[in-house]
Amino acid sequence: MSTSALLSDAAKRKIDRELTKYPADQKQSAVMSALAIAQDEHGWLPNELQDEVANYLGMPSIAVYEVATFYNMYNLKPMGRHKISVCTNLPCAFSGGVDAAEYLKSKLGVDWKELTADGKFTLVEGECMGACGDAPVLLVNNKRMCSFMSPEKLDKLIEELK
Amino acid sequence: MMIDYGPDAIILKGLDGSNWRLKDYETRAGYQALKKILKDGIKPEDVTAEVKKSGLRGRGGAGFPTGLKWSFMPRPFAGPKYLVCNSDEGEPGTFKDRDILRYNPHILIEGMIIAAYAMGTAVGYNYIHGEIWAEYERFEEALEEARAAGYLGRNILGSDFSFELHSHHGFGAYICGEETALLESIEGKKGQPRYKPPFPASFGLYGKPTTINNTETFAAVPYILREGGEAFLNLGKPNNGGTKIFSLAGHVTRPGNYEINMGTPFARLLELAGGVRGGRKLKGVIPGGSSTPVIKGDLMMTLDMDYDSIAKAGSMLGSGAVMVMDDTTCMVKAAERLAYFYFEESCGQCTPCREGTGWLYRIVHRIEHGLGRTEDLDLLLNLADQIQGRTICALGDAAAMPVRAFVKNYREEFEFHVAHKRCMVGPGGYSTSPVNEPLAMAAE
Amino acid sequence: MINLEIDGRPVQVESGATVMDAANKVGTFIPHFCYHKKLSIAANCRMCLVQIEKAPKPMPACATPASEGMKVQTNSEYAKTAQKGVMEFLLINHPLDCPICDQGGECQLQDLAVGYGAPASRYQEEKRVVVNKNLGPLISTDMTRCIHCTRCVRFGQEIAGIMELGQAGRGEHSEILAFVGKTVDSELSGNVIDLCPVGALTSKPFRYTARSWEMSRRKSISPHDGLGSNLVVQVKQDRVMRVLPLENEAINECWLSDKDRYSYEGLNSEDRLGKPMMKIGDAWTEVDWPIALQAVAEGLKVVREKHGAESIGALASPHQTLEELYLLNKLVRGLGSGNIDARLRQVDTSADGRLAGVRWLGMKFADIAGLQSVLVVGSTLRKEHPLIANRLRQAAKKGLQVNLVHVADDDLLMKVANKAIVRPGGMVGMLGAIAKALVEIKKASLPGDVATAVAGIVVSPDAMAIAQSLAQQAKTAVLLGNFAQHHPQYTMLHVLGQEIARLTGGTFGLLNEAANSVGAAAVGVEPGKDGMCAQGMVRQPRKAYVLMGVEPQQDCYDPVATMSALRAADFVVSLAMFKGAAAEFADVVLPIAPFTETAGTFVNAEGTVQSFNGVVKPLGESRPAWKVLRVLGNLLELPGFEQENINSIRGEIAPDLQAFVDARLNNTISGVKVDIPAASGGIARVAEVPIYAADPLVRHAPSLQKTADARMARRIGLSAGLAEKLGITTGMDVRVTQAGNSIILAAAVDNGLAPDCVRVAAALAETAALGPMSGSVSIEKAAMAAAAD
Ligand SMILES: Cc1cc2nc3c(=O)[nH]c(=O)nc-3n(C[C@H](O)[C@H](O)[C@H](O)COP(=O)(O)O)c2cc1C
Ligand code: SF4
Ligand code: FES
Repeated sequence: MSTSALLSDAAKRKIDRELTKYPADQKQSAVMSALAIAQDEHGWLPNELQDEVANYLGMPSIAVYEVATFYNMYNLKPMGRHKISVCTNLPCAFSGGVDAAEYLKSKLGVDWKELTADGKFTLVEGECMGACGDAPVLLVNNKRMCSFMSPEKLDKLIEELK
Repeated sequence: MMIDYGPDAIILKGLDGSNWRLKDYETRAGYQALKKILKDGIKPEDVTAEVKKSGLRGRGGAGFPTGLKWSFMPRPFAGPKYLVCNSDEGEPGTFKDRDILRYNPHILIEGMIIAAYAMGTAVGYNYIHGEIWAEYERFEEALEEARAAGYLGRNILGSDFSFELHSHHGFGAYICGEETALLESIEGKKGQPRYKPPFPASFGLYGKPTTINNTETFAAVPYILREGGEAFLNLGKPNNGGTKIFSLAGHVTRPGNYEINMGTPFARLLELAGGVRGGRKLKGVIPGGSSTPVIKGDLMMTLDMDYDSIAKAGSMLGSGAVMVMDDTTCMVKAAERLAYFYFEESCGQCTPCREGTGWLYRIVHRIEHGLGRTEDLDLLLNLADQIQGRTICALGDAAAMPVRAFVKNYREEFEFHVAHKRCMVGPGGYSTSPVNEPLAMAAE
Repeated sequence: MINLEIDGRPVQVESGATVMDAANKVGTFIPHFCYHKKLSIAANCRMCLVQIEKAPKPMPACATPASEGMKVQTNSEYAKTAQKGVMEFLLINHPLDCPICDQGGECQLQDLAVGYGAPASRYQEEKRVVVNKNLGPLISTDMTRCIHCTRCVRFGQEIAGIMELGQAGRGEHSEILAFVGKTVDSELSGNVIDLCPVGALTSKPFRYTARSWEMSRRKSISPHDGLGSNLVVQVKQDRVMRVLPLENEAINECWLSDKDRYSYEGLNSEDRLGKPMMKIGDAWTEVDWPIALQAVAEGLKVVREKHGAESIGALASPHQTLEELYLLNKLVRGLGSGNIDARLRQVDTSADGRLAGVRWLGMKFADIAGLQSVLVVGSTLRKEHPLIANRLRQAAKKGLQVNLVHVADDDLLMKVANKAIVRPGGMVGMLGAIAKALVEIKKASLPGDVATAVAGIVVSPDAMAIAQSLAQQAKTAVLLGNFAQHHPQYTMLHVLGQEIARLTGGTFGLLNEAANSVGAAAVGVEPGKDGMCAQGMVRQPRKAYVLMGVEPQQDCYDPVATMSALRAADFVVSLAMFKGAAAEFADVVLPIAPFTETAGTFVNAEGTVQSFNGVVKPLGESRPAWKVLRVLGNLLELPGFEQENINSIRGEIAPDLQAFVDARLNNTISGVKVDIPAASGGIARVAEVPIYAADPLVRHAPSLQKTADARMARRIGLSAGLAEKLGITTGMDVRVTQAGNSIILAAAVDNGLAPDCVRVAAALAETAALGPMSGSVSIEKAAMAAAAD
């Protein structure tokens, strides 16, 4: 049992709230939200942090690692302050999704999974976000969805986040 | 301003984007079905019977008769049973459940409460796609409203029926849309589908009897219990009851959701969306989500939008995601992107899918990039056969079917790519038809 | 019962059985990788696809329930096509370099590829490469070869009881690994090597030392714990290269503990004796057999003449064979002495003479599965009997209530119903309390002395809970572990355990320490009325000692006293496999053959007699101990040492060894007055025998000595409260002092340890200096101690 160093009390309280959703003997059910909460705090999921989540939920570290590496939206490496995921799946591609991605690549001077020189942005290729009607769509740090991202709106967004 | 979901709308009727709260829903006859059931003490089995009568079929893709599925739940049963809603909408082209969650969450909550009553389940979960976080938070808010109003929790509306409902978010894995992967995910594991049998109705969440339905399926339930199964059935046609929400994307003038009666001609649906973008010629349509076989344009124009008609034409109505492609579309490029998606999303558990999806993608990729060989086309078809029907879950089929259909329906384009190392329809890329900016602006 | 057809052959199976079960029943082989009869069904490899009449698609035999009237085709064109398709997929990313793969020649993928693979690959792309992982000293990885069957992962979750391996990532990128920076430390870890159908997980010590077809496979029996695992010993040019399990459902099932699997490394240790040695003057020199044997005969004769036969004592290891123990006993008694014992770590022998027979498990290993409630007293279960622990773990999953009375709350990786963690001095009292509680529950009565002994005891909630668990179930057992057998009040624990079993109508038994503890007792290697026990021979030192397979510093209850007794003796002969510290105490050392180099017999804890043959020639000039003893017998002019071969010895012991043993198994102690000692104060030493220090052979196995278990055994455990009081934290060097002797080792705070206890392992050279395996100790920070000096 390592004593928590990275996981803040605030985070633990959030996790405790998630735990109330599940049967008492099924704490593991909260692991996805626990990791999401931890990631919101740290920007990514270093192994020590995953270990703490494992201890907090009383599950094997490797089982936490399995989850963290299975779901796309967990960051296993440090990211730019803003992770921008652009959907390039077919329906979006038909309505400018790929063009939007290309526009961002040249504007930020990075390719997929790369970090901008100023450390502010990481660009990643997203899969269908269930918002194909609003193409081009992108996500900022997993949680903020931006729709109909024309070049003008992309410029505005980058300005705002800079 | 009301959002125009088409004249037939019942689930998405009267929504303007901001009138999602409980009080708004109640003004739209919300929770009346539930009140009626509890007040008149309608028996659970009669609720299920009504759903059977309605001809409601699963809106998640498989189109399985909902009432029948409910009747599989053991009752009485010692120990917990679970009800799960599948809002993990991730099938490319599908974005209907999102509108239900953000603009009309209480219709889903009411639907689930009624289902729980019918099957005698005390706890339910709604699994929400990780990428639509705002919807997840709104749904949590709606749940709080429902709890506060006594629609959820102990002794609902003073009856002796209790039901607690929670939401659980995904975090980026298409496969969790598969019902047993979804259950694993709620249990805090990787989203790896289970081999069936046993089916969820006997061994589901935490190993307990569980029923899983799609968001839209549950959302149709209040209407059925309020207006009667008969009424719902008659909106559509026999064995294809009610309305269906279709998500139109691709080369149409007004992409978006349109709720129409089952059996409405495709031509009419296309019209609602303003026709093919820029008035171009219709080349092909993927009628039910990226995993369903593409249908050639001319044939599609002759079809009605219901499970049986589309099935007759050799494809599937699936989740109701309609992807429209005009004559500037490169079908090889389109097939490549879908093959890539299934390769990326394979859970990696079973051999044919783990190894096969990557192989399929690499071959299509090769062809698209002018490195294809003549024998590749038959290899693709053969590999599709080696994957389909040999995997634990249907993702294997979902990966194989589109590739097979694209090669069969547009073989000459693939052959052209192999022979001339370039695209047959244009300079390459997905299509050359311009994206309509005005629409984007309009949606502000 | 369900009737179905496999390839036209009718077969009947239980409902719930799968098509695979049905096929196995008629001996039809269906190709498979992920399926394993002891593991849950994963159905992920898809190699077992078969054709089933009316099924729309090929079905996995391993996961498809058999149903009435089903017609299955396992190698129709249809089935074959499906299977070949899967095989093609498996091979596209699998290296085809079998000649350099350690699994080559024993690879299920390689074997099946012959029948199901295509001549040329249609896959033109680059193959996947996966980086290897460091899983510790025992398992070597070649992860690019992995076919994702997840057997290794399921083994951890379902058998070992701890998930150390997992499958990270997803799709084509998924890979098997341990959590970053962690190794696989389970005492059963090596089994994943057998489970892995390809060369992804292989044996690290064995790696690249031989090809499977160069080795001959010979049967043998493990010489370590009381289980007596059945072994396949693989031999190349008279050298043991590797040990694998020989499946025996009644004993080790299809598993091996890491101790059984890797201890063979000790057989080829540098420390093995190649020639007899003796002290000539002060010089320690190699000599020829005749000289050495003469010297031994002389030495013993002289002592007998000068001091009488009873001044001769013999200590034998319970890891020696039945035949060797029998002849040693005959020799010592032939010389006229009754001083012989193999219970080297048992201090309380007050029950000698009151025991009805040979102490044993009291049941068969297989019966554990049928138990409903069990009380395990004084056992580090997992480390002492890894595979018996696994039987209890599997039974616990099916509802067996496991109850514990012990001094430490170690994680047994199984569901424990109730536990009473008490100080060593409190164990007898706790059993008394449980007995008292049972009397109340059962409205039964106790024998007078017991009744009076427990009269004063207050029944704690723990004791009551345990009593309830035992009282409420029909099939129960009470088992005494090694710690209980080494306990200073062992006899009381035994008698009370026996009472508890009587009150609950359950079985009473012992988890016998060694491979041949039962055998040794059966052939009379125990002092009669006329003799002394192991401790007796140390407390009242003898003039001459005969040691067989014993390393006195590690194998005896009190290393200090034992060593000084030996040093003071006129003459000491040691029959040993290893040099060890012999020079410090012996006058003559005779090199004897380990179990792989001689024929022999072990009798395990359940009383099963298991004979085996040597699998290689004795190393150097070492000889089977039975031959050595026979010659000694002759040189000493003792009658009855003409045995021609191993069979003549066996025949001499009894015409039917199993019947001979069965007739003697009996745990009943009678005529011992029960009194419960007042719990003592002070800081108590808890001395357990570490898993990889239990006997000379395992102590000489280098890879096992590199494991986490071996490392942890060399830490000094402290009760949390005590550590806090003394300001000691994990990792700090501490000095432990027992009866004036001290040692310094790193501390490890142990939250599960009973109050005011210090855990210092026995059987280690590092701790030998402390002396007895029980007693009170003092402890302080080493730094402070240094300052004080
Ligand atoms: C790969 C795969 C992805 C799926 N994705 C979804 C999904 O996103 N939403 C959904 O409702 N059903 C999805 N399904 C179907 C579900 O497994 C299940 O059939 C459905 O949720 C049942 O609800 P229904 O009967 O109301 O349609 C998917 C199935 C597969 C094989
Ligand atoms: S078909 Fe693909 S997604 Fe489905 S279980 Fe097999 S590997 Fe996983
Ligand atoms: S053995 Fe049946 S799928 Fe692997």
